[in-house]
Amino acid sequence: MTGHPTLAAIVGLSLTISLTASLIAAVVGMPLGALLALTRFPGRAALVVLVNATMGLPPVVVGLAVYLLLSRSGPLGSMGILFTPTAMIVAQTILVVPIIAALTRQTVEDLWSDYRDELNAMEVGPAGRVATLLWDARYSLLTALLAGFGRAIAEVGAVMIVGGNIDGFTRTMTTSIALETSKGDLPLAMQLGLVLICIVLAINAAAWAARLWSERQAG
Amino acid sequence: MRAPSSELPVVLDRVSFRAGETTILDRLSLTLAPGAPTVIVGPNGSGKTTLLRLCMGLIAPTEGGIAWGGRSQATMARRAIVFQRPVMLRRSTAANVAYALAKANVTGSARRDRVDELLAQVGLSDLAQRPARQLSVGEAQRLALARALARDPELLLLDEPTASLDPASTRRVEEIILMAAQSGIKIVMASHDLGQVRRIAGEVVFLARGALCEQSSAGDFLNCPKTPEAAAFLRGDLVI
Amino acid sequence: MQNRFLSLALGLGLGIVALAAPATAQEKSIVVASTTSTQDSGLFGYLLPLFKARTGIDVKVIAQGTGQALDTARRGDADVVFVHAKAQEEKFMAEGFGVKRFDVMYNDFVLIGPASDPAGIKGSKDVSTALKAIQAKAAPFISRGDKSGTHFAELALWKDAGIDIAASKGPWYREIGQGMGAALNTANAMNGYVLSDRGTWLSFKNRGDLVIAVEGDRRMFNQYGVILVNPEKFPSVKKDLGQAFVDWLISLEGQGVIANYKIDGQQLFFPNAERKAS
Repeated sequence: MTGHPTLAAIVGLSLTISLTASLIAAVVGMPLGALLALTRFPGRAALVVLVNATMGLPPVVVGLAVYLLLSRSGPLGSMGILFTPTAMIVAQTILVVPIIAALTRQTVEDLWSDYRDELNAMEVGPAGRVATLLWDARYSLLTALLAGFGRAIAEVGAVMIVGGNIDGFTRTMTTSIALETSKGDLPLAMQLGLVLICIVLAINAAAWAARLWSERQAG
Repeated sequence: MRAPSSELPVVLDRVSFRAGETTILDRLSLTLAPGAPTVIVGPNGSGKTTLLRLCMGLIAPTEGGIAWGGRSQATMARRAIVFQRPVMLRRSTAANVAYALAKANVTGSARRDRVDELLAQVGLSDLAQRPARQLSVGEAQRLALARALARDPELLLLDEPTASLDPASTRRVEEIILMAAQSGIKIVMASHDLGQVRRIAGEVVFLARGALCEQSSAGDFLNCPKTPEAAAFLRGDLVI
Repeated sequence: MQNRFLSLALGLGLGIVALAAPATAQEKSIVVASTTSTQDSGLFGYLLPLFKARTGIDVKVIAQGTGQALDTARRGDADVVFVHAKAQEEKFMAEGFGVKRFDVMYNDFVLIGPASDPAGIKGSKDVSTALKAIQAKAAPFISRGDKSGTHFAELALWKDAGIDIAASKGPWYREIGQGMGAALNTANAMNGYVLSDRGTWLSFKNRGDLVIAVEGDRRMFNQYGVILVNPEKFPSVKKDLGQAFVDWLISLEGQGVIANYKIDGQQLFFPNAERKAS
């Protein structure tokens, strides 16, 4: 590897991008999933199928689409965010929103079928339902968030295309692994891979611990 | 002493309720007047649960109309219902009661005090911090009652609240119901248990095949039923 | 309540994005579209810190195949291109996408092959004969197949050898559509021949049984050119900063830095910018 960015900087960039994307995706996807679960409108079934299907959007396709949007010759070129971490966050957010929305929808739908009678008997309005269901389902939703984060931190296709894998600027763990593999430095690539896996493990362990602590607090 | 009720009487005027092909209630006309508890009895499938849901306003009749205190109003603010299998929110026991109070617009320190009162009233003070999903069937039923009472209802509907409880729990629940009745709340309760009818009912409504078969005072119903179906029911025969 | 929640969420989202976005206007930086082989050789790691120390300009290198790099510039997504396929570069200039093309340096290609040498060409100095032998013996040959400078050079060498590779390729000719490192990996795995730039070969760590089979033929010299993208086509091009990079590369100082870059004591690139009449 070139001397420039330390491993810490690359790890830091990966985490910043994927965590930010996951949080934004949660802010967008959880209410969306809840609304899909609770409302009925023409075309709802088609939208549910679409949200489920886009969980499997190929990252490289999303990367390409975002690239074409953000390119100087594209519609949003004047924003000038191509080949920056911002573009990478945008691409990963697009990848993660369907996961969080679909898992939220299923979770909220299941909980709503449980709670429906009781909440109706207390005349809980639409906003109250969304708030109550999202709160009471928070541990399942945390799992959804971790699933979304897992997708983001693991992907390479989108961030490679919209970030450009610029040394010291948009090089993440996954793009570094891809680069070292293509350069033939397989041992280094494998080491980076193990570091990535350990970090993801640590994050999941921390989330589990946070949940246990919170359950103990709530009694 | 309570102010004059705005929910009562509950008047059903030729109410029918159909679900798909099945007619559950068939041109039922019924008046539930303020006063002593009314117990609704009848074989399974006679429409007791549906009747209670209609009286709560959770469902609308397919035909006919319902009026509460003369109004076919939209809000259920002064009514409450305890379902046959109540669902506990994934929170503590106290938080469940607090939730019900919040939805009934009780806030701040008044809410905290009221949570304590209600838990004491149903005998769950010791379990206040227990996750509600871990309560036993009897405890859960009493929590559901606390949630219903949190709404300060004029009309309290209960769907076979002690059907799955042991005798000790049944007695505790019946005590709470009787205390609520004594404080002026109109109780309308479905029941399977003729002993319970004897212990609680002031008035009995007997349903068979989705229609009102008989409505009389408890004493009259139990001792001199007017209809053959009621007589058969009291004998323990199957009323089909 | 839902409206307040939505606006809070939107504000939070935009705030996060704004924080993560780099300070663009203040930063002195340019985007240079270059090739994977140049990057893989380690040249940029050596050269760019020196340029930054000299001018304070951050150079962000997007490393792709030559064809891709030129296309990136055609979309206006780069300020400078620095690639090694003269014919493609001249086409780029003819289309009006560049200001002026300068020669910068050259390196050479080497024909890599397995130590077992199935085509019997090891040690040859004649790349045409070697390629004919490979075709005749149907020895496995890996092509980059990705419109890169190396790929174009390879195609030119087949043509020079009198072989119409598009017509006469058989299953022995494998086009992988990937970069130099991947091609070397594949050649290693398949015991095949591959044309590589010397720089990538010197830094390549997964050699296995591969050795240099043919080198030194003048036809295997690889010329690098640098072009500032035309600001008249794309006003967003940072023309002053980009020009500073171009000027430095072809200056005495820049050319000296290029010559000083060595791997294992071997010089990789040979500066050959035109000396301007002073």
